[in-house]
Amino acid sequence: MNRRAWAAGWARWVSVLALSSVAWVAPAQAEDEAPDAFIKRLATETLDVIRDDKAIAAGDMAKIVALVDTRIMPNVNFQRMTAAAVGPAWRQATPEQQKRLQDEFKTLLVRTYSGALAQVSDQTITVKPLRAAPTDTEVVVRTEVKGRGEPIQLDYRLEKTPGQGVGWKIYNLNVLGVWLVETYRSQFAQEINAKGVDGLIASLAERNRSNAKKG
Amino acid sequence: MNTHLGAQWRRLGRGLVLMLTLAVLAGCATGPNPRDPYESYNRRMTGFNDDVDAMLLKPAATAYKEVTPAVVRTGISNFFGNLEDVWSFANSVLQLRPQAAVESALRFGVNTVFGLYGLLDIASEMGIEKHKEDFGQTLGRWGVPSGPYVVLPILGPSTVRDSLALAVDTPGGLAAGVEHVPTRNSLQALRLLETRASLLRASRVLDEAALDKYSFTRDVYLQRRRSQISDGQGDEGGAIEPSEP
Repeated sequence: MNRRAWAAGWARWVSVLALSSVAWVAPAQAEDEAPDAFIKRLATETLDVIRDDKAIAAGDMAKIVALVDTRIMPNVNFQRMTAAAVGPAWRQATPEQQKRLQDEFKTLLVRTYSGALAQVSDQTITVKPLRAAPTDTEVVVRTEVKGRGEPIQLDYRLEKTPGQGVGWKIYNLNVLGVWLVETYRSQFAQEINAKGVDGLIASLAERNRSNAKKG
Repeated sequence: MNTHLGAQWRRLGRGLVLMLTLAVLAGCATGPNPRDPYESYNRRMTGFNDDVDAMLLKPAATAYKEVTPAVVRTGISNFFGNLEDVWSFANSVLQLRPQAAVESALRFGVNTVFGLYGLLDIASEMGIEKHKEDFGQTLGRWGVPSGPYVVLPILGPSTVRDSLALAVDTPGGLAAGVEHVPTRNSLQALRLLETRASLLRASRVLDEAALDKYSFTRDVYLQRRRSQISDGQGDEGGAIEPSEP
């Protein structure tokens, strides 16, 4: 074979390899979205799915749970949310108890608030400018849900999780000025003071059972 | 003659609220909960309110909701919302918030003139934002602390400051325009029904979401109130110490 042609072919192959390796490396950094862009995307996509799906609008619980599980939960640090709501007792709880607490808390939240998701019709979401330094590891993203009547303030508190998912996870939610974790923290504290962690698990399970019966 | 009667009712209402608040302050003030010193009284009053609600308000509101077509209900809530805008305008002025004041005045003007005296909410279609401001919020903005959580008979969650403010709110709001007492009473009743009907779904969520309805309502109410006064501009809360596992 002509040595020059062989060398040219080899050079071309090496340059293609070099270029493609850049493509392999780059996505890991390109995935870390800005937190406000991430929330806007997540919220808009979720709203679109809900609007287009007639079954969800009709209140199909299984579909709503599936939607939450596939789209929302991967972007939430639910363990941190639960741990914060449970408070100091979390550290004394066994891993089994911690898992049960998470499961029951998640069931409670999804079942009770999914009704609100099903009511979505023509709302739009505006994300307010992010007031955070680029080096912050925790941010608050403020959004507004505009439909009819007064706009609803909806804020998210996110922690930076470099390398995981989009690089940010939600761990607290604020609707109309009310923070979810704070509200449930006092609910849980009451139960724990009265009946301990197992009592709390039992109360949550009981509440979930009676909610499920109501359908 | 009618004006005289109206003024007497107003004075009675105001007196009742003040009397009640004083009774609360003088009476069972020490509870174990520092955030909720009147907790034992509050819980009892909440129980009373829940009974009245279950026996009277909720069935009436449910019937009203079933009987009234959605279009009519929207018209009714728009009508009362329009009157609210007048009071919101006054409070926005008192709070030195020109944009909110202008928007509330604009909303009232547009809806009254083009929206059939407020039955149609044209202003929202045009995108003019609604700002609900009451006198309790005005006091809060001026720096009056909220004082402890207080549950009022029938009216429900409040704070000491907001209860006193109610005495100013009621005559300032709906009642101000209507002198004829029977009409005003019917309007108040209709407004109460419409409000309760619009909250039926929310009260179902409350039943399901709360382990203890009383403390849930209290915490939500107090957080919401703080947020209303600071207009969501308050300190960015919701932070959880990372050391908490």
